Amino acid sequence: MKNADTVSSVIKIATGIPGFDFIADGGLPKGRTTLVAGTAGSGKTIFAAQFLAEGIRQHNEPGVFITFEEQPQDIRRNVANFGWDVGKWEGEGVWIFVDASPEPSHELNIVGDFDFGALLARVEHAVRNARAQRVVLDSIGSVFSQFVSHSRVRHELFRIASALREMGVTTVMTAERREEYGPVAANGIEEFVADNVIILRNSLEDEKRRRTIEILKFRGTTHHKGEYPFTVIASDGIVVIPLSAIELKQHSADIRVTSGNGDLDRMCGGGLFRDSIILVSGATGTGKTLLSTHFVDGGAAMGERCLMFAYEESREQLGRNAIGWGTDFDVLEQGNKLRVICEYPESAALEDHLVRIKDAIEDFKPNRIAVDSLSALERVSTPRGFREFVLALTSFIKHKEITGLFTSTTPTLTGGASVTEAHISSITDTILLLRYVELYGEMRRGVAVLKMRGSAHEKEFRELVIDSSGMHIGAAFRNVSGILAGNPIQIEASEIDRLDKLFPSDHL
Amino acid sequence: MKQFVLKLYIAGRTQRTEQAISSLQEICENDLASAYELSVIDVLERPQLAENEKILATPTLVRELPPPLRRVVGDLSNRERVLVGLDLAIRDTLDQGKN
Repeated sequence: MKNADTVSSVIKIATGIPGFDFIADGGLPKGRTTLVAGTAGSGKTIFAAQFLAEGIRQHNEPGVFITFEEQPQDIRRNVANFGWDVGKWEGEGVWIFVDASPEPSHELNIVGDFDFGALLARVEHAVRNARAQRVVLDSIGSVFSQFVSHSRVRHELFRIASALREMGVTTVMTAERREEYGPVAANGIEEFVADNVIILRNSLEDEKRRRTIEILKFRGTTHHKGEYPFTVIASDGIVVIPLSAIELKQHSADIRVTSGNGDLDRMCGGGLFRDSIILVSGATGTGKTLLSTHFVDGGAAMGERCLMFAYEESREQLGRNAIGWGTDFDVLEQGNKLRVICEYPESAALEDHLVRIKDAIEDFKPNRIAVDSLSALERVSTPRGFREFVLALTSFIKHKEITGLFTSTTPTLTGGASVTEAHISSITDTILLLRYVELYGEMRRGVAVLKMRGSAHEKEFRELVIDSSGMHIGAAFRNVSGILAGNPIQIEASEIDRLDKLFPSDHL
Repeated sequence: MKQFVLKLYIAGRTQRTEQAISSLQEICENDLASAYELSVIDVLERPQLAENEKILATPTLVRELPPPLRRVVGDLSNRERVLVGLDLAIRDTLDQGKN
């Protein structure tokens, strides 16, 4: 995809919009106009304003905001929520509004031919005064509703875009779309600014809103293709989540760390790998939260810091359970070995959860994180959104060389796999199964290592006993089969001996 | 006493500009008698004035007085429609009726 010879002519400028510059292979084409098209409420104005705000904040590049729709005071107020003090920047002369919003009191009669000479003069004036390097036109659909002659408006906007190009400024022009999947923009706008096109979407999938950004084209230069989710958060504005664009370049260390349970470490061939993702699958009550607690405790005992995200239980409940198993979360938290973040999955969209998790990781800098449970988060998302979330989360924590333990609740008590697992099992390095095993009318618990990438591991289902000191792993269920299928069957001892002779056990 | 205060915003001296100015002068002479004050503002020289008045298109004719404010955009080549735009149509028909 990348070719140094052909891309050298187009220079990019970093927008500073988190995640966007990554999918844009560096940013927007410098000195060009980029069309940002989207339906109502898709975030066009935020994108445009953020382009200017980050230009001022991060790159010391002044900007001009030409507004065709909202009044400047509305824009000032709306973006103040993101912490952008436009009024202050205007005072410093680094942000200038050109107000081309329709004035209700101005009754407009059109008699004969006209051009946008006045607007162009105002834009040039503002760009000169601010020494602007970034210009925004938001949103041009509104001009079309003011003037009857659309071909004249198109022509005049094209003239303004050409003039901006001559001035060497990088321009973002926003435009309305009527459908999420349809023509690029209304009014035939894409025909004259066809070089660089970005589409913002806000589509409804399974009653859930999903915001995505897609770079449709950048003429003469590269970008990542396809739709990437983004979220709009109070402190930062737009945050693009460059999921599948994340390269699988994590180096996997063969350093082993403890799971917090010596027996389990032995089953895993000597412990978990440091940069690995462990999925713990089990029905309710099989010991997933207990395993997470041991995972925290084991890390702390080795001097590691652990971040725990709990989506099913409150901090008090978790603490009480942990005390019951001999781990004191309060002490660990006071010793700065642990931070527990409890949230309702429904409190935010999945993209927002991802941003919160990332922020917490950046802030606490843990060695290991536990998510209990990942399947609870699935409730607030679509299957595709969830898969992307898990991909983004796993690649992020692998990048940080963090051990990640995710739990997943299976829908049935015995056997079965949850949808969560179907989506993410290939992403995880290690899968631990916690299962109920019914023997002689008694419910017992079993544990097995289903897979462990890059390591030998035990293949048996072992009995798992939970008591006041936590989890203990006992002998293998040698005379039971069908646990995975959720239908354990007793096998005669003589049959086991016969099989043993047929297949001599090769202990790894 | 000058009854009409008109401002014509233009962007440089183009053919369209000249057309608008000559159309307007004709209307002023014929329809407003001498009860008008007309100023021509070139936005290329005074962009801030265009900014203050939120002028988008050129040529734009603004009737500042008498109120309400009225705007006519274009080269003003159609006299009838300019008069409608300036809210002078009724007076115009009345005048014609007298003649």
